[in-house]
Amino acid sequence: MAEGPVRTGKLRGNLPQLELYVPEPRYRPGDTVDYTHLEIPEPGLLARPDEACEASETWPLTLDMIRVLGDDDRAVGPWNPGLDPETLRRMLATMALTRAFDDRMYRGQRQGKTSFYMKSTGEEAISIACAHALAADDMVFPSYRQQGVLIARGYPLVEMVNQIYSNRADPLKGRQLPIMYSAKDYGFFSISGNLATQFPQAVGWAMASAIKGDTRIATSFVGEGSSAEGDFHAAMTFAAVYNAPVVLNVVNNQWAISSFSGFAGAERTTFAARAAGYGIAGLRVDGNDILAVYAAMEWAANRARAGKGPTLIEHFTYRAEGHSTSDDPSAYRSAREAEDWPLGDPIMRLKKHLVALGEWSEEQHEAMDRDLAEQVKAATKEAEKNGILGHGLHHPFHTMFEDVFEELPWHLQEQAEQAIRERQTKWPEWKE
Amino acid sequence: MIEENPVSLHDAPSRPMNMIEAINDALDIMMARDPDVVIMGEDVGYFGGVFRATAGLQKKFGKNRVFDTPINECGIIGAAVGMAAYGLRPVPEIQFADYIYPGLDQLVSEAARLRYRSAGEFVAPITVRSPFGGGIFGGQTHSQSPEALFTHVAGLKTVIPATPHDAKGLLIAAIEDNDPVIFFEPKRIYNGPFDGYYDRPSRPWKGLPGSQVPEGYYKVPLGKARVVREGAALTVVTYGTMVHVAEAVLAEKGVDAEIIDLRSLVPLDIDTVEKSVEKTGKCLVIHEATRTSGFGAELVTLVQERCFYHLEAPVERVTGFDTPYPHSLEWAYFPGPVRIGEAVDRLMKD
Repeated sequence: MAEGPVRTGKLRGNLPQLELYVPEPRYRPGDTVDYTHLEIPEPGLLARPDEACEASETWPLTLDMIRVLGDDDRAVGPWNPGLDPETLRRMLATMALTRAFDDRMYRGQRQGKTSFYMKSTGEEAISIACAHALAADDMVFPSYRQQGVLIARGYPLVEMVNQIYSNRADPLKGRQLPIMYSAKDYGFFSISGNLATQFPQAVGWAMASAIKGDTRIATSFVGEGSSAEGDFHAAMTFAAVYNAPVVLNVVNNQWAISSFSGFAGAERTTFAARAAGYGIAGLRVDGNDILAVYAAMEWAANRARAGKGPTLIEHFTYRAEGHSTSDDPSAYRSAREAEDWPLGDPIMRLKKHLVALGEWSEEQHEAMDRDLAEQVKAATKEAEKNGILGHGLHHPFHTMFEDVFEELPWHLQEQAEQAIRERQTKWPEWKE
Repeated sequence: MIEENPVSLHDAPSRPMNMIEAINDALDIMMARDPDVVIMGEDVGYFGGVFRATAGLQKKFGKNRVFDTPINECGIIGAAVGMAAYGLRPVPEIQFADYIYPGLDQLVSEAARLRYRSAGEFVAPITVRSPFGGGIFGGQTHSQSPEALFTHVAGLKTVIPATPHDAKGLLIAAIEDNDPVIFFEPKRIYNGPFDGYYDRPSRPWKGLPGSQVPEGYYKVPLGKARVVREGAALTVVTYGTMVHVAEAVLAEKGVDAEIIDLRSLVPLDIDTVEKSVEKTGKCLVIHEATRTSGFGAELVTLVQERCFYHLEAPVERVTGFDTPYPHSLEWAYFPGPVRIGEAVDRLMKD
């Protein structure tokens, strides 16, 4: 027996020094791109389990990829949602409208009409399929790239432009960065600039719906980058614990500003695979295949509505443009990545499918694009009557102090008076 | 919601309660009045909370409305924001104020900003209850007073009761309020007021001022301070546990002080403070929280800005030290009778 305490522990011996591994994307500016490492299965091969299945039965689907539309432009397999041509044409038109809107707003920012914009180019299928697969009053807790949901739900384009221009008709009174919409009547929660905070909120909303014996469900979106936030874990844990009627989406568009998906753990496993550790159903879907996205959303929505619990869906896609108008992706990634993206473009894929069905033509498509561009132009012109950012046409001055609290407390009243005094000095010609 | 104005609180039947019983009573009443009120938090369900504040409520109102949560404050507050967006009125409990930080982003960036950023489309009528403050040998992770972090945030209200009577009335007002409220409960005085003399036997609430709690529904409005004791020589501005410490120390010193219990920091009842300082010409601010950038800094500035020409002495503040709350040296840290006494002596020497 040794006297006194003994320190325990193995002798390490002669070992190599440890090294920190820092992920590095495969391609940088100027590089040619080779996507042969990506495992992209043939469409139609994966089974579609019952919506009420055990969460663990979805494990193979979290490592694979649900695809419906093949290279031959046909829809195949058990995940084919079998949508009628009229619905397909509407989805196509809504995706194209979203892209036309993005293009025009991007130009508007470059022309100095607003401070900021974020396009969803290449990711339109995810939002538009979501809006089609859910009920109109299911609640969406979006991130900043789900404008397609609003457009698909019929929110007026002119209101979106008013918000983007922060003008006197901006429904959010000029308080939010452009594109941070809020549209309660359209089941669209106020967008936060803080990442992933909406994920546990969506779970809370879904829990409330269950508490009240409602039939509505909630859905939320995060990028793969912000799936690294603690909020993701909070949401997954709460969703699992309370079997919440919620569909949680990770839009894996490969890039979080300049950080590739490896900085969120993509080199180790898929994002969908994270569902398994929580005992949540998981699906991994070709995010550029709107039929596959629709089918996955519908599966998850039916599951949630039937009280069978939450689903995590990874949408595998590509951010075809910069993060925002403040970003220059040519500084950190190869331009070939978007061009060579093996899952193609969601609009082109649905268009070719409809053409292959004999339900659409090049001429119709061109006419549609012209029509949509006109529609966006008209909305823009209409909104410009209400002003553009920084040209004096904005909400009345006093609204700056409203809505901090339900009622204006004395300290904000005093500060409002200060602001009005300053205004008389700074802008003596001010009228409102 | 049913509107009932108690004709006169003095006439209402009442009974003695400690602060936990008063909080439990407020929750019970609000659960019964408003089906949208839900309670959630770590250990609040079957067990009734580590301090027993939610005892019996799950049994009475069901698991759908009173339930335990994962140990995840971000999730608790985040889910509460989502529930509020749905239309509920959640009352989450954060087991100790020291644990609130993982939920801070959801409070600061989400709950507090929601009304403003959505132009009133979405609101967050959430009341976050949390025991705070030291004096119970809780060490650095069960003793903190982080109220200044929340008073600094536009869109949050911060409420701190000092008696069972106020705890019930303020909590009812907080739950009915349509803005997010941080409701910090001074846990040292849950069972009885504390005069700061740690070596004296502690007293239960029963029979002491503020322990007689009216039955049924009543509100103590947010933003209305309570003058604990009128006086002419010195104004003491404080809240929570320190109200009772100040009372004892000033009585011991025989100073004719006017003691103000703020009850809520945001909104702040500046009128009551101003009127008092204009009368006394001297002001002492006391809080248990750390000193630098504490809420005392705000109070001292406001008094200086608004009452300067009435002041006969520099405004003083007595606070905890700028260290973590130490375990073994708790009573060296606590801003008790000696520290307060020194400040009072300085203020009263002329």
